[in-house]
Amino acid sequence: MLPIPLTAPQILNRDFLEVRAKILELAACLDRLERADGSVTDDPRMKQIHQGLTALDAVGAKRAEQVQLLFSLPYDEAWRKKWEL
Amino acid sequence: MYYIDPHIHMVSRTTDDYETLAKMGCVAMSEPAFWAGYDRGSVDGFRDYFRQLTSFEPKRAGWYHLQHFTWMCINAKEAENVKLSREVIAMMPEFLDMPGVLGVGEIGLNKNTKNESIVFLEHLDLAAKRGEQILIHTPHLEDKFKGTSMIVDMLCDDRRLQHDRVLVDHVEEHTVRMVLEEGFWAGMTLYPVSKCTPERAVDMVELYGPERLMVNSAGDWGPSKPTAVPDFIMAMRRRGHPESLIRKIVYDNPVEFFSQSRNFNFTPPEGMPVAAMK
Repeated sequence: MLPIPLTAPQILNRDFLEVRAKILELAACLDRLERADGSVTDDPRMKQIHQGLTALDAVGAKRAEQVQLLFSLPYDEAWRKKWEL
Repeated sequence: MYYIDPHIHMVSRTTDDYETLAKMGCVAMSEPAFWAGYDRGSVDGFRDYFRQLTSFEPKRAGWYHLQHFTWMCINAKEAENVKLSREVIAMMPEFLDMPGVLGVGEIGLNKNTKNESIVFLEHLDLAAKRGEQILIHTPHLEDKFKGTSMIVDMLCDDRRLQHDRVLVDHVEEHTVRMVLEEGFWAGMTLYPVSKCTPERAVDMVELYGPERLMVNSAGDWGPSKPTAVPDFIMAMRRRGHPESLIRKIVYDNPVEFFSQSRNFNFTPPEGMPVAAMK
């Protein structure tokens, strides 16, 4: 891991408004889904979205990696054997 | 800052883009063979495409003093047609010794199917027999982790391959570690929407260090930005990283990786040390 030149307060000062804007986008999209006709409550993608939001709150985790894995298909180590490759 | 874009599809771009890239500091690019937006109907369709990659694109690049390099293959999407793929693989040696051809690529997986895997393995066999370098496409979005894992499996199972002569592209936070830990090179591809951003690419540099790591634009016919590498350079500067570190990722690393190919006859721009080349 490389040393990070900026301090945490410097990063927060620089990125705060961008983070705020991204959270607002998420909030507005979730509102839009609720306002619209029909329901997506049982859509598995909604579950992924809520799991993703929960992952953001984890401390000490690699959040970006965890969110990526949440939105990934499972990997079967025995795939070559199954396909006889 | 001078830089090299190690993965950009210039056949899809205008001549004006070549000029813009040159003005932004680009001195060379490597262009893997890829999907044209439609499935080609015959091996001759690929032969014509390979002629374009090896003759006209270097000429267009040269108008702006850019050096153009390329790679040969049938891409993962068209690899679903195994019969045609085998015809293309049999034809590829016509081009692999040409000036500027760096090796076999971008091979890989798209939907992680059995046919794609069969054709990927046959490309690996050709590369191993001829001692070619390899450039690899990994699938996007939900297929990426599974597909990259399958690709790493196949690469590691072939004992003939030198891992430091293989570049695995489009890595993201959940795939970069497995690629670097096995000794391969990794490429981070920057897109304007939905995939890796310059800021996240800088995060990965900070997490994993600059060794065997590159950044590219993949500029193609879809939504993409051919000047994404300068965006990365700016993001690195704004985060306070030194010029030497930035140059290693955008210039020294591509030169080091490509120098392993017999057809990489690169002329460094004036003022750049030849020592950057191995």
